[in-house]
Amino acid sequence: MKQLSHLQAFRTIAAAALLSLAAVGAKAEDTIKVGILHSLSGTMAISETTLKDTMLMLIDAQNNKGGLLGKKLEAVVVDPASNWPLFAEKARQLLTKDKVAAIFGCWTSVSRKSVLPVVEELNGLLFYPVQYEGEESSKNVFYTGAAPNQQAIPAVDYLMNDFGAERWVLAGTDYVYPRTTNKILEAYLKSKGVAEKDILINYTPFGHSDWQSIVAEIKKFGSAGKKTAVVSTVNGDANIPFYKELGNQGISAEAIPVVAFSVGEEELSGIDTKPLVGHLAAWNYFMSIDTTKNAEFIKQWHTFIKDTKRVTNDPMEAHYIGFNMWVKAVEKAGTTEPDAVQRAIIGVEYPNLTGGVAKMLPNHHITKPVFIGEIQDDGQFLTVWQTDKLIEGDAWSDYLPESKPIIADWTPPILCGNFNTKTKKCSGQNY
Amino acid sequence: MNGHSFTNHKAGSVVIALVAAVTVLVPLCNAVFPDGSALHFSAYTVSLLGKYMTFALLGLTLDLVWGYCGILALGHGAFFALGGYAIGMYLMRQIGNRGVYGDPVLPDFMVFLNWKELPWYWLGFDQFWFASLMVLIVPGSLAFVFGWLAFRSRVTGVYLSIITQALTYALMLAFFRNEMGFGGNNGLTDFKSILGFTIQSEAVRLALLMISGLSLIGAFLLSRWIIKTKLGRVVTAVRDQESRVRFLGYRVEMFKLWLFVFAAMLAGLAGALYVPQVGIINPSEFSPLNSLEIVVWVALGGRGTLYGAIVGAVLVNYGKTVLTGLLPEIWLFTLGAAFVLVTMFLPRGLVGLLVRDGKES
Amino acid sequence: MKANSMVCSYLWLSVLLLVLSVPCMAQGNAVEAAVSELASERTESRVDPLPASFAEALTRLLRGNIKEREQIVEHLSTTGHPRAQVVLEALLNGELFELKADGRPVIGAENQGGYAISDALTGDALGYVGRGDIAKINLTNSLRVTLRKAIGRLQLRSGDAASRLAAVNAMITSADDKTLELLRTFEATERDERVLAAMRLIFALHDLRSDHKSVRLNALDTLKEYNSLEVYNRLSVLVDRDDDGHFVEPDADVRKKAKSVLVKIDARRQFYSAVETVFFGLSLGAVLVLAAIGLAITFGVMGVINMAHGELMMLGAYTTYVMQQIMPEYLGLSVLLAIPAAFVISAAVGIAIERGIICFLYGRPLETLLATFGVSLFLQQTVRSIFSPLNRSVTTPEWMSGSWQINDFLSLTWNRFYILLFCLLVFTVLLQILKRTRLGLEVRAVAQNRNMAKAMGIPTARVDALTFGLGSGIAGVAGVALSQITNVGPNLGQSYIVDSFMVVVFGGVGNLWGTLVAGFSLGIVNKMLEPHAGAVLAKILVLVFIILFIQKRPRGLFPQKGRATEA
Repeated sequence: MKQLSHLQAFRTIAAAALLSLAAVGAKAEDTIKVGILHSLSGTMAISETTLKDTMLMLIDAQNNKGGLLGKKLEAVVVDPASNWPLFAEKARQLLTKDKVAAIFGCWTSVSRKSVLPVVEELNGLLFYPVQYEGEESSKNVFYTGAAPNQQAIPAVDYLMNDFGAERWVLAGTDYVYPRTTNKILEAYLKSKGVAEKDILINYTPFGHSDWQSIVAEIKKFGSAGKKTAVVSTVNGDANIPFYKELGNQGISAEAIPVVAFSVGEEELSGIDTKPLVGHLAAWNYFMSIDTTKNAEFIKQWHTFIKDTKRVTNDPMEAHYIGFNMWVKAVEKAGTTEPDAVQRAIIGVEYPNLTGGVAKMLPNHHITKPVFIGEIQDDGQFLTVWQTDKLIEGDAWSDYLPESKPIIADWTPPILCGNFNTKTKKCSGQNY
Repeated sequence: MNGHSFTNHKAGSVVIALVAAVTVLVPLCNAVFPDGSALHFSAYTVSLLGKYMTFALLGLTLDLVWGYCGILALGHGAFFALGGYAIGMYLMRQIGNRGVYGDPVLPDFMVFLNWKELPWYWLGFDQFWFASLMVLIVPGSLAFVFGWLAFRSRVTGVYLSIITQALTYALMLAFFRNEMGFGGNNGLTDFKSILGFTIQSEAVRLALLMISGLSLIGAFLLSRWIIKTKLGRVVTAVRDQESRVRFLGYRVEMFKLWLFVFAAMLAGLAGALYVPQVGIINPSEFSPLNSLEIVVWVALGGRGTLYGAIVGAVLVNYGKTVLTGLLPEIWLFTLGAAFVLVTMFLPRGLVGLLVRDGKES
Repeated sequence: MKANSMVCSYLWLSVLLLVLSVPCMAQGNAVEAAVSELASERTESRVDPLPASFAEALTRLLRGNIKEREQIVEHLSTTGHPRAQVVLEALLNGELFELKADGRPVIGAENQGGYAISDALTGDALGYVGRGDIAKINLTNSLRVTLRKAIGRLQLRSGDAASRLAAVNAMITSADDKTLELLRTFEATERDERVLAAMRLIFALHDLRSDHKSVRLNALDTLKEYNSLEVYNRLSVLVDRDDDGHFVEPDADVRKKAKSVLVKIDARRQFYSAVETVFFGLSLGAVLVLAAIGLAITFGVMGVINMAHGELMMLGAYTTYVMQQIMPEYLGLSVLLAIPAAFVISAAVGIAIERGIICFLYGRPLETLLATFGVSLFLQQTVRSIFSPLNRSVTTPEWMSGSWQINDFLSLTWNRFYILLFCLLVFTVLLQILKRTRLGLEVRAVAQNRNMAKAMGIPTARVDALTFGLGSGIAGVAGVALSQITNVGPNLGQSYIVDSFMVVVFGGVGNLWGTLVAGFSLGIVNKMLEPHAGAVLAKILVLVFIILFIQKRPRGLFPQKGRATEA
């Protein structure tokens, strides 16, 4: 008898679980939902949690301004837990269950690649705020972070012209962003007459912590009498041991400067900056840039997060621009319907925090200024160089032979993210 | 040998009946009721259910080696991932010239790495039958080689657990390398079609769910049969008293080896069913943490019962789906606490609460 | 504190010098000086009116942009003003400020959240101001280069031989005729052998460009004794052909001699490079041993598989962070105090885990694995909730940063060096505890035969708790060491747990010496493979090697003897 009741209970639980799973929340509400797809646990939580808070702040501010189209905005936060298949699952949940009007999210390339088929299938909108490797332009994705030509190439130009670097170490974590960036840079350097033997490429695994041998190699490479610079696409956690080892082995920023593309204010706030002082980073935004807009943004952030020690960084600005562009596009289109927004958003302009006006281009990338900053001991950057005009994000690098003929243009008549100008063919599209 | 005692047997049947109900009812409902109806399952729910099925299958295979053979494999995820990669390679070849760079043969990441031709180990994966065979053969042979070495030299217990962990860790590092030719950190993704059908169509989704359900049922019944045979009985005896079985003249390592290989092949199958449903396979599936999580499912559900693993896998993953949406901060606390409590107070897992069987342990 | 460690460093320096007993004379950072050359060329090319007085120069130093500042720095180094060097050094060290109240240049020393300032012009103390009252003068790399060069020129006049040596060394790569002239005047009065040797190196390098064959040959004779990268680079170029296919050095005799010198230097370079690899291996091994040794106790002696071991290390690392927060003025001391603190905290958590969970699971080793895995998730999330998921900043104390430059070919980083020492110290202490104390005796007795020990009246439950506490405490101490070389974040433990298990299993469970040998040999093998195979492949190869090794010797390098192992 007792066992039977257990079994019954078990069946009821199982049935209830299935039912609740199947239940689709289709309540008609007077809000516009915005999906936030950033990891709040796991390895990527370090970087992504801040972006979730940024989005909440932006949505909050927009609601205080009266919302959008007369409705309030409602944030739907999910946690893909740094698990790539889970990113796709959560994106699907946001689009089908929660019916969000747009998703703001992802950090790593692989998470974006995982979400991509889902947003294309369900015709959603994804705003991706992080600098990335390019070689992609989807109808449904808006890339508000830097493409390689908006970060890597200007940085190399700076080192070549202002510092006079002749030998190059391209050090990166072994994944697609560093691989692509280094490939582009290698081609670029060679086009500028740098010899093969003057380029050293090195890849390390994620979270690499023992840099002794590699730094020793860099030191030897850099002691051959020619000025040497390191271009680092080393990601996240591996950076601190890398810089510590550089400092300890006596490689100063004056001798062999390291320019990094993944080290920003947020990353610096968690570490002892002493060994990093003088090394460089290339970004499209620095917290230290002195403009009224930036000061307001920093103040808004401090008020929202209730901590005046928190820093702002480049991907936060990318979300700021992306979100406001989306708002403008929705207002322009008069609806949140994705197709209408996709059409409306191209050409939309919104001021950067650092001056100048960002514009959404037909290839779904935006125009950006580029800043090179030297790391100071307070974890901020001192701008030593900046582009005199905004640079247009290029989805397909001109320095790679296979992507040279390809362009992306989401306006008629081309309407394609992967259009070969030689064969006049559009390929690799999912819709 | 108590695994097939009446009560466990019956509970197992109930669980399998539930699995069968989902397998049949979900596609049926979707065929009968139109899209938008309350009884029409959304693509989200269908792929979620399909994913749970594959996890349940994976849990089941671990229960075979752990619950019945006493091998606490901390690298079981490796077989799952290898199966996933095998089918992923087929799916990559299916993309054909629809890739980003439009190369008819080479997957995008190879074009990108300037590879001129397909490496030899990618040959044949354009054929579905070949890939399907590899789904079983690759994990099976790895398990065979590894098990043959380990069991023959009588590596047991904790040592075995730790070197299985080393195995999956080494594989993870290897697959992270772009030079390996498996897409590095990004892995294999952006699949377009399977056997000519669009992979994102509802029919394919439902078919995958059905196949996953049927595989789970099949694997369950097959496993239940196996543990009743001589192989199963000897293996269970090995779990309880290895030396005594050896003294009786049995070649212990051979029995263990076959069960290990069988479980690895089924785990490969689970991986192969998982990948088309989630649309990506990447090296993080090899991470030691993932393999530990499989152990969690089985321990939580109740090991040595087969169906307990199914219950555990579904419950933990359902909990994960719900909690990572609602209270992300709570998830690890819940999982951690559940783990400690179950190990201490419910050595027979959750199903131990429901099924009366004093002799099972 | 600092003085103590300095003494300690010099002691070690001299010991190693004796051991190696090799010529280690001229040093210098070639590239750094090359940079300064470029910078000075750029600054010299501008023509701005120079400031009339030292005071005016200082004001312009504060107000000007980077380019102007470079120019002023150049100028200041030639004025001969007694305050010039002090001001320039303050600027380089980030200690030159503008007093916001009256725009006066001041030199500030950080002191308890504020600054003790003195007038830059006169050196008079001006009292104590808050952080917000002064504005720091920003520096860029190019300005730093200019500064170093300017200070170098001033330092040639310094009374301290070490700073004269540093100044001369900085000139090796950038020596032009003017510098040589300057050096020749100082050579006459120089009495310090090492400074003279460095000067002779510069002269010899210069002589290589001479038109006279005999001068060049003589220069080569001088150069062959130097372990200098600059010499190596210059000679490598010398024996090579240029872009047109002509030899850079026209004379065959000189080339032949240069080649033989190069071979000699290269042999020394290879030797030092081997020494360096071994050191890298040892230091990686030290980290592995530190991470694994606590595990060797809980796992080896007690048979408990503690998956939360990594998280106990993480607690130790966070303890270091908290200690630095408590006493921000004494960074070095806080790290030292963190060692006992981390031991106590991790040991307490360890004992709590043992008493609360593990003691119910003895005899079921695989279940302890599961339960402690649950604990590890719990601890991770706790830390994430308290300290946020962001990495925390742990400052490396002065005496642990930088490296010990033995010569141009070999330098050993201090933090790795201390960690290596620390690892050996922890190992020795642990060994002594197990060997000589009553607790150690009881631990060994329980490990060998639990029932017999119980029968002899040993309180096994208490011994278990203390053993587990000891192992956990060591993990905490390892965490303090790790906080000096890697990120302090919630994922810290995870990255080391697989490696530590490998070390323990490879060394042989229950054997501390095995753990030590295993850790160091895995570290060295890894580092020897790394230059050839790359970091990832090296690690994979080591893992595969361990897997295969365990098949051959299932109980590791040094199998434990005793009854417990048969169970």
